[in-house]
Amino acid sequence: MSRRIGVDVGGTNTDAAVVEGGRVVGAVKVPTSDDVLTGIVQALAGVPNDGVGAVVIGTTHFTNAVVQRRGLIRVGFLRIGLPSGRSLPPLVGWPPDLAEAVRGESIMVTGGVEYDGRPFEAFDEAAVIEAARRFGDAGLDAIVVAGSFSPVDPAQEERAAELVAEYLPGARITLSHRLGRLGLLERENAAGLNACLLHLAGTTIAAFGAALADAGFGPETRLFLTQNDGTLLALDEAIRHPVLTFASGPTNSMRGAALLSGVSDGLVVDVGGTTADFGALVAGYPRQANAAVDVGGVRTLFQFPDLLSIGLGGGSRIRALDGGGIRLGPDSVGRRLSTDALSFGGTEATLSDAAITAGRLVVGGAVAATVGQLMAAMARADGNGPDTFDPDAVLDEAARLIAVSADRLKLTAADVPLVAVGGGAFAVPERLSGIAEVIRPEHAGTANAVGAALAEISGQVDQVFHGMGRDQALARAEELATDRAVAAGAAAATVTTIEVEDLPLAYLAGDARRVRVRVVGRLQ
Amino acid sequence: MRRTLTVDDIDDLAIGAWIIGTGGGGNPYLNHLNVRNLMDDGRTFELISADELADDAQVAVLSTMGAPVVMQERLQDSRDVARAVEIMADHLGSSFDALMSTEIGGSNAFQPLMAAAHLDLPVVDADAMGRAYPEAQMTSFAIAGLQPWPLSLVDPRGVEAVITRVPTWKWMERASRVLTVETGSMAATCKAPRTGAEVKQWGVTGSMSFAIELGATVRRAQRHHEPPVEAVTKVAGGKVLFRGKIVDVERRTTGGFLRGRARLDGLEAWSGGGVELEFQNEWLVARLDGEVIATVPHLICLLDDESGEAVGTETARYGQRVALIAMTAPELFRSEAGLRYVGPRAMGYDFDPVDPLAPEAKA
Repeated sequence: MSRRIGVDVGGTNTDAAVVEGGRVVGAVKVPTSDDVLTGIVQALAGVPNDGVGAVVIGTTHFTNAVVQRRGLIRVGFLRIGLPSGRSLPPLVGWPPDLAEAVRGESIMVTGGVEYDGRPFEAFDEAAVIEAARRFGDAGLDAIVVAGSFSPVDPAQEERAAELVAEYLPGARITLSHRLGRLGLLERENAAGLNACLLHLAGTTIAAFGAALADAGFGPETRLFLTQNDGTLLALDEAIRHPVLTFASGPTNSMRGAALLSGVSDGLVVDVGGTTADFGALVAGYPRQANAAVDVGGVRTLFQFPDLLSIGLGGGSRIRALDGGGIRLGPDSVGRRLSTDALSFGGTEATLSDAAITAGRLVVGGAVAATVGQLMAAMARADGNGPDTFDPDAVLDEAARLIAVSADRLKLTAADVPLVAVGGGAFAVPERLSGIAEVIRPEHAGTANAVGAALAEISGQVDQVFHGMGRDQALARAEELATDRAVAAGAAAATVTTIEVEDLPLAYLAGDARRVRVRVVGRLQ
Repeated sequence: MRRTLTVDDIDDLAIGAWIIGTGGGGNPYLNHLNVRNLMDDGRTFELISADELADDAQVAVLSTMGAPVVMQERLQDSRDVARAVEIMADHLGSSFDALMSTEIGGSNAFQPLMAAAHLDLPVVDADAMGRAYPEAQMTSFAIAGLQPWPLSLVDPRGVEAVITRVPTWKWMERASRVLTVETGSMAATCKAPRTGAEVKQWGVTGSMSFAIELGATVRRAQRHHEPPVEAVTKVAGGKVLFRGKIVDVERRTTGGFLRGRARLDGLEAWSGGGVELEFQNEWLVARLDGEVIATVPHLICLLDDESGEAVGTETARYGQRVALIAMTAPELFRSEAGLRYVGPRAMGYDFDPVDPLAPEAKA
């Protein structure tokens, strides 16, 4: 069963791509429905459902739920770190409306770890049991446990989870070290966003399964989601850690761009209707951000691709500036391009209109506006029009914005390839300084769905090893990560290591070190 | 002058203090959040100018020492900062009239505010650096030869220490550094207290309101879509030395300091030129095409050319569009005595300081 279907649920469209033997053999695009599911069912109805080994869904459903404060549940926060941190309690710095939607009980207890693995203070287990009782009394079952320096030694978070689970058997517990890196508040925030989505995750993922059955897929078809690093997320893991799907959209588009173009190291730009999203590929995978990332106004630091988004797309509005010159974006006609833009009978001058008038873009059903019509539309905003206008100048401005942003994502000055995908990719010029080559792969319009369809299985290990040398510890970690990937469905022969990181814990006896390893392999 | 700080002042201070952190001093994010949270709880903060202090007023001088990563995991409790002041008051057998920061550049700008919330004391519009410097003895009080002891130090687990006497400021830095490392590389400290007369004579007065004004200037420019860098140099009496793109950053950690260099390629009027910046936590020396154009003790600040906000030595990365600006250091730091603490030779260089705003400067 070599056939796989990738579905990407975007803000505007839901795309499906059928992939067989590494080739795209079919694609469908339907509008995303408000309930998300109808769009998925429609997209799946348009593709064959026999002989399909896996359906992989990339969705921004959970990100949107946070942004729109929809379907969230209240969370009990347990912080292990007293006697420090009292004046920066859980939820500090969150947008007030989101904090109010999520706030259950916030309890801080004594404990935590130092940077070298020593205990900060004796861990107060009795206080954890008391916290569990208060969570239970408040009717909370989504619990966050976050301890200081838990990525160095997660034992206290794990013990707290055992104690809470004893008192509240049904509790769904998110441990901060499973999601985040150093930076207690950012890691706790990521865990909090995760916990508030646990109810929605359960119902949504069950509904995805039902949608698959409705579309006639049999038990031989497995269902996966995609996660932020571009690999497959098993359903049981997705139900526990929905936050891992937050960056699925841009990640799948980058993975698809890599797979369709054959470029494993370089840059990707996905130019849509409103924004252009830039990312960098390393060994075929999106480079991870190493700085704090804002999600729905909440500062987090966890597995997330390094992205740069600018307000430039096919629907970007063109405005005349006082004293000559133009401004392109950041506002856009967005989804209304096909009704509001000049070339489609509307009244707005957009980047697409300038490209059509300049003869650089051909769209079925569109009629090129005259330069005079463009000038009149641009002037309408402030009543002040340009005397002359060259539509090519708009494309030059788009090219300049793209070149500057692409350059910002590079880590060195060497020229690299740029893969251009998305409906607005016409705005990317053939030649850009600092870019070796602009590549426009086939099926670029559904790169996101292709990225989902071809997502690989990952296995990860993140733990402290004692009593062995560095080489031995790294080898042991790779072995464990490979076992996990294979257990999750990867073909053993295809597993390769894509990330290794180790941190010696100087204080702990017996040559202790924390090792993090990530491997990927093809789905069997 | 005496005024109650507003939420806007606090938000402005976070941006302005990071700018005059000259690349270091620690990102104020967490301390800013702490003070915002205290404000939300109804606490108020009084800022007084140094000339409001009586000559015999007692002023506590505050900073937290340690590693940024530990600060991000421990999340300092504002009560611990206040506790350092209480221990010092107990040690002296007297009480304080006001609080001030050792270092206005970066996260320590917020320390007196954090303590003030619990002690009901005003914060003096002054500090002892006028920016950030890599070591705790690089202060106007040390340059003036004032008494370096005592110092109180607090770890929230109940470790409370007073260093009662040291022969020099450098010894105070060494002794307090050892205690800080032993308690997990983070401790709140209250430095040698100062009298009102000493603050008026030797403090960098007006530095907190200056940082607030810088931040307000940046935010106003952002709101009105005006070039923030020019707005900053206008308000600060500074100068744009170079505009360009970061093309390389090298970092290494040695002896507890972040050292390295950043290279910039010129844009606009500076197209074709290249700048190299060397740092030890803070930006120390700028060279244009090989020639030294700015050094400590003068303030070398790297700003994001679009937002006007500071680019730190820890976070600078390839591709960022930046403006290099400079401001002249206060006179005390330019004096012979001052340069022995904070001049280029004090930081291991074999040349004299360069002030790019001096009339004879070439940049």
